[in-house]
Amino acid sequence: MNLSRPSRVADAVSAAGAGGDVAYLAGGHTLIPAMKARLRDPEGLVDLSGLDELKGMSVEDAEGGRRLWIGAMTRHRDVAEGADAIPALQHMATLIGDPQVRNRGTLGGSLANNDPASDYPAAVLALQAEIETDRATHRAEDFFQGMFFTALEEGELIKRVGFRIPARAAYAKFRHPASRYALSGVFVAEIGPGIWRVAVTGSGQEGVFRWPQAEEALANGADISTVAAPDASLMSSDIHASPEYRAHLCTVMLAKAVGEIK
Amino acid sequence: MTTTLTLNGQSISVDADPAALLVNVLRDDLSLTGTHIGCDTSQCGACNVLLDGEPVKACTMLLAQAEGREVTTVEGLAEGGQLHPMQAAFKEAHGLQCGFCTPGMVMAGIGIARRHGGDPGEDVVAHELEGNLCRCTGYVNIVKAIRAGARDMGAGA
Repeated sequence: MNLSRPSRVADAVSAAGAGGDVAYLAGGHTLIPAMKARLRDPEGLVDLSGLDELKGMSVEDAEGGRRLWIGAMTRHRDVAEGADAIPALQHMATLIGDPQVRNRGTLGGSLANNDPASDYPAAVLALQAEIETDRATHRAEDFFQGMFFTALEEGELIKRVGFRIPARAAYAKFRHPASRYALSGVFVAEIGPGIWRVAVTGSGQEGVFRWPQAEEALANGADISTVAAPDASLMSSDIHASPEYRAHLCTVMLAKAVGEIK
Repeated sequence: MTTTLTLNGQSISVDADPAALLVNVLRDDLSLTGTHIGCDTSQCGACNVLLDGEPVKACTMLLAQAEGREVTTVEGLAEGGQLHPMQAAFKEAHGLQCGFCTPGMVMAGIGIARRHGGDPGEDVVAHELEGNLCRCTGYVNIVKAIRAGARDMGAGA
């Protein structure tokens, strides 16, 4: 296996573009399980752990409101401990995996793999995040393109992610008890006065999705328990949960998130 | 290809596939079989080792990712024939039955003590063990052991 360990983003990108099937290795907590299951079999790996410029957080003013920018190589643990500009995001990070997973897994690795049951996609979509790469800035709406697919081109590297700092937000998740992945995870955020966004992970066949009926209900101050469950025919199904059960869980997690909004 | 790391306090070079799982290299190439493989799916925590002092799952890490880092396995915890305080607490509180999960539990316990200090509450410890499975004890004595071990380690140990 071809292995490189660059210390600059430009070197990482050129190593990935050197030919063959080369994968970026961030924390490895999605890629390595996929390699074990023989779902991925890269010929080369570019270990990103030396890219210190991709670690850390900062708050920046921008058009449309302030954003919390988090480096792609920032670990879940660091977000849980340090992202106090967005408490709901901190709380979400504490629900990823377990302490050992959070010591390794990263924001960029999670997003690049776009596992349909991972947590970050819900936060990215609800907080209207921008995903800055070595060559482009992607809007959250365009980034997620179905289970395990994203807008990233071959060799494109996520550098950092800018989350809008909401007035209020919350995340509620029903997790699979062993894997800790979401069977349903609902992120609710008021990103501007009276403007609500609701994003759901873990449940949709195509991965993360927005829930317009829930957004409308929150904007109108309607009783959240009157929001109908998402269409079960669009929910995923596996040994752990039927589409109908997942659709129902979404309503339960929505109510829980709304109840926890700060 | 050679990987250089500090293992249990000693600088070593390992001549093994850098894309091998760290847990397999520890067990098969270095004969450190105290680190166990329970589920191999990043769930059970039997393979926990300390990486630069923090518990991580050695089944979800490549040897290459240990380059230049400090890895501690359960074999490296005791000093001068003296059990590490967390190990001693597991013995004292009878925090094990079959012992299979114990090395990983001890590593998780050290992580808990380092993040929460010398007096973590019962609920804190129970919650923090979300990534460690034990099929014998019912966890009660494990939680007791970790609280006692954290106390004996003292804050910041």
